[in-house]
Amino acid sequence: MSKYAPKVTELQKEFEEKPSLLKGDAPDMPWWDIPVEFRDGNWCFPGKPEVLEDLGLANPRKWAATDEDWKLPEGWQKTIRDGLKSRLKRFRSFKLFLDICVRCGACADKCHFFLGTGDPKNMPVLRAELIRSVYRNDFPLAEKILKGFSGSRKLTAEVIKEWHMYFHQCTECRRCSVFCPFGIDTAEITMMARELLNLIGVNNNWILAPVSNCNRTGNHLGIEPHTFVQNIESLVDDIEELTGVKVEPTFNRKGAEVLFITPSGDVFGDPGVYTMMGYLLLFHHIGLDYTISTYASEGGNFGMFTSNEMMKKLNAKMYHEAKRLGVKWILGGECGHMWRVVHQYMNTMNGPADFLEEPVSPITGTRFANAKATRMVHIAEFTADLIHHKKLKLDPKRNDHLRTTFHDSCNIARGMGMFEEPRYVLRNVCNTFHEMPENTIREQTFCCGSGSGLNTEEFMDIRMRGGFPRADAVRKVREKHRTNSLVTICAIDRASLPPLMKYWNPGVSVYGLHELVGNALVMQGEKKRTEDLREDPMAGVEEGEGDEA
Amino acid sequence: MKKVLMPLLMVAVLALVPYLGVTYAGLGYLFGVVIPYASAVVLVGGFLFRLADWLRRPVPFRIPTTCGQERSFDWIRQNPVESPSNFWQTAVRVLSEVLLFRSLFRNTKAELHGGPKLAYGSNKWLWLGGLAFHWSLLVIVLRHARFFFIMMPGPIQLIDDFDRFLDVTVPAFYLTDAVVLAAVTFLVLRRFQDAKVRVISLPTDFFPLFLISGIVLAGVSMRYVTKVNVMPVKDLMLRLVQFGFDPPAEIGALFYVHLFLVCVLMVYFPFSKLMHMGGIFLSPTRNLPNNSREKRHVNPWNPDIKFRTYAEYEDDYREKMKKANLPVEKQ
Repeated sequence: MSKYAPKVTELQKEFEEKPSLLKGDAPDMPWWDIPVEFRDGNWCFPGKPEVLEDLGLANPRKWAATDEDWKLPEGWQKTIRDGLKSRLKRFRSFKLFLDICVRCGACADKCHFFLGTGDPKNMPVLRAELIRSVYRNDFPLAEKILKGFSGSRKLTAEVIKEWHMYFHQCTECRRCSVFCPFGIDTAEITMMARELLNLIGVNNNWILAPVSNCNRTGNHLGIEPHTFVQNIESLVDDIEELTGVKVEPTFNRKGAEVLFITPSGDVFGDPGVYTMMGYLLLFHHIGLDYTISTYASEGGNFGMFTSNEMMKKLNAKMYHEAKRLGVKWILGGECGHMWRVVHQYMNTMNGPADFLEEPVSPITGTRFANAKATRMVHIAEFTADLIHHKKLKLDPKRNDHLRTTFHDSCNIARGMGMFEEPRYVLRNVCNTFHEMPENTIREQTFCCGSGSGLNTEEFMDIRMRGGFPRADAVRKVREKHRTNSLVTICAIDRASLPPLMKYWNPGVSVYGLHELVGNALVMQGEKKRTEDLREDPMAGVEEGEGDEA
Repeated sequence: MKKVLMPLLMVAVLALVPYLGVTYAGLGYLFGVVIPYASAVVLVGGFLFRLADWLRRPVPFRIPTTCGQERSFDWIRQNPVESPSNFWQTAVRVLSEVLLFRSLFRNTKAELHGGPKLAYGSNKWLWLGGLAFHWSLLVIVLRHARFFFIMMPGPIQLIDDFDRFLDVTVPAFYLTDAVVLAAVTFLVLRRFQDAKVRVISLPTDFFPLFLISGIVLAGVSMRYVTKVNVMPVKDLMLRLVQFGFDPPAEIGALFYVHLFLVCVLMVYFPFSKLMHMGGIFLSPTRNLPNNSREKRHVNPWNPDIKFRTYAEYEDDYREKMKKANLPVEKQ
């Protein structure tokens, strides 16, 4: 395991023995006096100077969170104050969420980071108080007249350290906002806080390097066009070897009906590539007229974890490319935060998409009325519609070696509201599917613990803690139903859940939904399939491998 | 403990001020006429200012928290309240938050057990206590209309009758008096009892609870213990709502304590977290339909951003693209 995380037995022992607020042990000092301690495993490496220069971001320098002096720029307090003011002016949400919290505590034990660390400042209400306390001190009106009474404090370098720590222990998953009686959304507050921190050069390289890559090469992983094509072509070869079918994706082709965009993790990362193979098989199966772009080759958007301007900048490529290629509409792959951006931000930021047409499935004729304006359809919607109209030849037995459960990704659940389509697809492509406990799925789903740009090796300690509630839920369904496969529709999940499962639930593998679709598709002209897309043997195909599930 | 004692002491001092003022300094006019008018102005003006202050700030993005299935195919059942797609469904969502505290009803309590294992238990006490508190306060405020009208309006009479249905004492016992006292006690106690809530509580969380307790206690004592003569009270209130400035007749000092604490609450209201009363209607995660892919939401300050265009990209990678047999715009 990573050198940045304790052994699982040590962490288990700590959970059981160490006093924590989760277990009812309050700290013996007010929260604002609790010192912030950076140590191995609880901070992300800061943005490299060249990355910041490339993006034109503030204060490029070499520094580390463990340094005493963070080399903040001259006049940083004013920068933060002005930045705060400007955001309060532009976002009603931000102002309102700072003003109306009554500190009822309903959110307190809803955050996966609080459940995994017991750290008071990981209660969503306190996370927001980190900013509120400064806001109350610096801004007139409200409760300023009675300082001390209202819990306000000065903006100091210590406060910035605290912000850096705790706004990078929030994955913008919005679970707290489900339970808040006023719908206060900590994701909104964290987004503002990260924008502010970026103004003074307090940042995270694992977010900014992908942003810079995406700006330059079109995708987070920094894959240049020829390599991008090569990678997909090698997947095409793998598919042919496994199934005997040659799929034929095209790239940057003008006049295609549909532009397909998916996170670059699906093109480059294991196990994302198997999901990519699933898409390619599906499109071949139905004869879709589609193309993949090497320029708009990223579905995800790490700009979202930087600032709303950066989000817009990266997102703009999707419509720009769709327009250039003259496609009718865009089909989007499996990803979480990508769909938060596409569903709730894209058309507002970069629309109107009047150069596209209202999406209609060329196979079933279904109009995707809920995507009428943005003109981008989620692959799970697309596939669910195909299955509903019986346009796919599926053999779910081919997934009999997998006993599945489904992980709702945060953004799809709470920032889009798509729950049924992926489940419908999953039920049709495999025979064994069991839900995790009800407080851990659908709108109450738990984050993988590594979302919003925290999926980095040096942050492993916090990731394993933050992922604990999800892992715990998987353990429960596993004990009850011998579940061995965790199916997701999110590229970050596909990257972050494998180490989480290895840590807490060894023996559980992570799959993309369309990987299972790819396994189950009965392709025309295929050879006898005995192995799934990751070359694991299917059950019941050869003797002695029966799993009577 | 300072954060509890400070607000408690403040409420005690605030209660003492009108008592001393009226009993020893004869300031009945100040506490009975001047301060109530001033407080009402602050409440109304302040509340409207805060609302306007929120409303003038734009909502750049459509960011509902979706807590149920979105509208998609006709063979998939939408959850119209938790993922509304039009105005009326959204109105139901907001009103169910305002009137029934729908989101709070979901509340659970997480516990870490040996193993380690997490368990989530249903935990509706906060919902119940909060609902009882707010609803009984509303009923109490409404039935105070008896002091502002010569004849009680019908619907309010009905509420009043309902509240008094346990008509066994003289004067008749109001159910809400008991409920609000129980609820406020619960809301105070949970701020001590639950370690998490103890950590997050500020003096500004205790102050309104103590203030409201003080108001209720003064009111209840007047009605059931000292049995204040209500005629001069009604007389004063009727004149106040008709914008009269005549000095009040002789009323017991306890009444002035009650009235003054209400005035303090009115003044405190617009400057404090109590504004959640207005804010709950404006929360963008609850009051917007989840239809952002169906209908374009406009951001009034949508910034112009320079992004890297395809042409710039091709200029950088043209040779590599050609080698990979990718079509290019320029040779």
